[in-house]
Amino acid sequence: MENASFPVLSYTTFLPLVGAAILLFINRESRETLRWIALVFMLADFAVSLAAYFMFDSSTATMQLVESHPWVRDWGISYKLGIDGISLFLVLLTTFLGPICVLAAWNDIQHRVKEFLISLLVLQTGMIGVFVALDLFLFYVFWEIMLIPMYLLIGVWGNPARRLYAAIKFVLYTVVGSLLMLVAILALYFMAGAGGEGYTFDLLKLYEFPVPTHAQYWMFLAFFLAFAIKVPMFPFHTWLPDAHTEAPTVGSVMLAAVLLKMGTYGFIRYAIPLFPNAALDAAWWICLLAVIGIIYGAWVAMVQADVKRLVAFSSVSHLGFVMLGMFAFTAQGVEGSIIQMVNHGLSTGALFLIVGMIYERRHTRLIAEYGGISKVMPMYAVFFMIFTLSSVGLPGLNGFVGEFLILVGTFKVYPWYAVFGATGVIFAAVYMLWMFQRVMFGEVTNPKNLSLKDLSGREFVILAPIVVFCVWIGVYPNTFLKPMEPSVKNFIQVVEKKRAAVLDLEKAKQKSAGNGTTIAVTSSLETIGR
Amino acid sequence: MIPVPEINLGGILPAVILGIAGVVVLIAGLFIRKGAITVPAIISVVGVLIAGMANGPLRTANQESFSGLVVVDTYTWFFNLLILLATGLTVLISVRYMADDELRLPEYFVLLLFAAVGMMFMVSGNHLLTIFVGLETLSMSVYILTGVLPGNQKSSEGALKYLVLGGFSSAIFLYGAALLYGSAGSLGLPAIMKYMQSGNASSLAFVGTGLLLIGFGFKVGAVPFHMWTPDVYEGAPTPITGFMSVGVKAAAFAAFVRVFFDALPAFQADWTQILWMVAFLTMILGNLAALVQDNIKRMLAYSSIAHAGYILVGMVAGNEQGTAGVLYYLLAYTFTNIGAFGVVALVGRKGEANVLIDDYRGLANQNPLLAVVMSVFMFSLAGMPPTAGFVGKFAIFGAAVSQGYIWLVVVGVLTSAASVFYYFRVIMKMYMEVPDRTPARLEFDPGMLVALGIAVVAVLYIGIFPTTYLDLALKSVKPLF
Repeated sequence: MENASFPVLSYTTFLPLVGAAILLFINRESRETLRWIALVFMLADFAVSLAAYFMFDSSTATMQLVESHPWVRDWGISYKLGIDGISLFLVLLTTFLGPICVLAAWNDIQHRVKEFLISLLVLQTGMIGVFVALDLFLFYVFWEIMLIPMYLLIGVWGNPARRLYAAIKFVLYTVVGSLLMLVAILALYFMAGAGGEGYTFDLLKLYEFPVPTHAQYWMFLAFFLAFAIKVPMFPFHTWLPDAHTEAPTVGSVMLAAVLLKMGTYGFIRYAIPLFPNAALDAAWWICLLAVIGIIYGAWVAMVQADVKRLVAFSSVSHLGFVMLGMFAFTAQGVEGSIIQMVNHGLSTGALFLIVGMIYERRHTRLIAEYGGISKVMPMYAVFFMIFTLSSVGLPGLNGFVGEFLILVGTFKVYPWYAVFGATGVIFAAVYMLWMFQRVMFGEVTNPKNLSLKDLSGREFVILAPIVVFCVWIGVYPNTFLKPMEPSVKNFIQVVEKKRAAVLDLEKAKQKSAGNGTTIAVTSSLETIGR
Repeated sequence: MIPVPEINLGGILPAVILGIAGVVVLIAGLFIRKGAITVPAIISVVGVLIAGMANGPLRTANQESFSGLVVVDTYTWFFNLLILLATGLTVLISVRYMADDELRLPEYFVLLLFAAVGMMFMVSGNHLLTIFVGLETLSMSVYILTGVLPGNQKSSEGALKYLVLGGFSSAIFLYGAALLYGSAGSLGLPAIMKYMQSGNASSLAFVGTGLLLIGFGFKVGAVPFHMWTPDVYEGAPTPITGFMSVGVKAAAFAAFVRVFFDALPAFQADWTQILWMVAFLTMILGNLAALVQDNIKRMLAYSSIAHAGYILVGMVAGNEQGTAGVLYYLLAYTFTNIGAFGVVALVGRKGEANVLIDDYRGLANQNPLLAVVMSVFMFSLAGMPPTAGFVGKFAIFGAAVSQGYIWLVVVGVLTSAASVFYYFRVIMKMYMEVPDRTPARLEFDPGMLVALGIAVVAVLYIGIFPTTYLDLALKSVKPLF
């Protein structure tokens, strides 16, 4: 494949890292300079990713802006990047939130500003890298690298009481899943290599290799664990409320908006197309877990006394929708799932920012401490309302589009799941609006809330762009759906085709077993599992 | 006429040079001011560098010399290089430590150099007797070095323990060698291989193989022969602990691999099964025990047991890739662990007053750069990309998966997941906790700075661009297959 003439994806990925390297040489006392440099690099990164957006051809499903260079030649590892309609908006979402996070941390983070910004920039590189990597090894490297800055974000700048616990819990959960995935990656690599495709970690080449069904089950299980923990799916979600609640505002925003998407993205880019038979055989069960997650997350969110924890559990519920749409495996479902990833990133990210803003003023997140805030902070109330409604899925805002598509897509295949899933929308209205009511409306009962200042100019700049996108997606989703359409169609076709190919191959093998002929693929399998 | 064996000094020149350097240090010690350690250190480093130059030509060599007692090939070249790296870096991290701890003995460097000589004979040994002599030279030197701290009970205890258990394991090794001699009629590795492949190996040969395995198991610190490791590692002066954990381990693994792949491939199916079990236990016990340590030296001791387990997985894989993985892993581990022990020596200050993991609290505030460096070493030990430790694990586990040892690898990755906990604990203390008292200033010296600089750059560089080094490892194991 030809390399793109201008390596725009490499620039997008590594620009933040360059920023981090520059920050290393800046005096730690000049905090303003540090912040401005970080902001400039994040903005530049967003600009570069916008360039990628304009270079993107939305009429085709092939990987675009591909860059490929051999890395570890003997092992068939290459430095290969590329995007299609599925990853495009996730990359944009990440780069879009980058500058917002720097702005949000402007006053919030006061100690060790330098280390904080470096972590944030390194995290940005890791996250973008995960979305653009097209080589399993490279993907794994980015996937693991991003753990380190996130660990530091939670552990160093988190909530003093339980930050250490939350940080190590986050790391251990992720590491267990991803190391098992590493074993599956290795097994796939050797199996495909022995199967005659040549030893390679190139994702696009591995797509074409038909993995025998029984091996698929094991490998899918390993990938499933890694991604399900990251999403997080019920019952692997217990790290999430801790990590979200203890992390500093920016950490929560990054976690919710981008890190969780790495799990769902992993399913759609890796687990399903690599192991379609196993994935589709397990789809019913995964959808069941997704529906349980939707309802369970909503119920638990309802009884939270802490706003941040409430938003965290709402993530479990929302991500359930994403998984449901994806594994319903219809065009609408998958499209809805992808757009919902972006939506959740915007609205939940924004909610964490909103919570962070009031926490900065009052240093508490307990719902009971508030009440009547809309009278003191009217502009804040407007933004809060918009994001609450977007999270609830009000028509005209972004959340509705995603949930609608997902439920339509699911209804075709699993009507009952769609019915139960839809209750999640209702519960969401209950817990979000109830929380909103308790915090914002009524009389100001707590005297401490009387003197709260409304949004500052900086905070307005942080929230306004997110509102723009929430409305844009809600009113005219075609801007976003169009570019992903060919990729989604192609995704479904490729998966179906590969699934059929594996089944055909195994039938052929059963027939020829009588003649004593063996197929190279299966012989390589015998060694696995010794 | 008595046949005169051909003498080819070129092959053992690096060892000879190190030996000469040792003697020079010894003599110089008589003439320089008492207690000066800079000059001996410089002589040692120069000796290591010259030996490194003499080692260069070995890369393309492939010959036996001294009537087949030693073999000089790429494999020898690779391990000589590793030993020289370990020795040189150890000398560099020792200077400050010795000055702090009133350990002003030039003999320290002499013993270090002699230990390296022993290691070189171990890795080039083509004959069980050469390997044994090398092993003993190495062990004697290290026994003394372990107990060299004056008036330190732990140090003396460690030395005694090491001496007794080490002597015990040497005896077992020797017994195994004797049994092999009894059956094969020779101690030369090629002769043993021929005998084994003749198809009528006696049961004594089996027993001999088993005893050799136990002997090597002791030296690499594999479970259940690991008991000496924590106490010895804790008691020995920190730089020596670093040296033991990489140098002694590398030399022992080098001889282990050479003997078992060169002389005993006929039994490979049998000893692979035993090694499978040993690797399994070693990974589990090493990592679990490391989880609960409060003393960083003990923690690193158990971690080094765990790493021996990972390396054994590469031997279990048994193919070229697996063995090459072992070599790469040892290279990565050398830089990582010497670096980590360098930091431990630095933070420990006078009299090893700060060797608890809690003493690392707030290091990131006090010295941000040192905290970053230590973090890199911890990430590498935990096997996180983009460090050398990750590529090493990837190479070894990859080879094992390709040979179908999926479950062993699953155990390997799950135990490494557990290891993340204790390695990250150090990072947690450094970045996320505050010290209960103001720590004394850390004092750097040029040697330490150079050593840590080399180590951290190497860990990152061979982790991000591993191709050359993987290739090197693969070429170096060619003579064995």
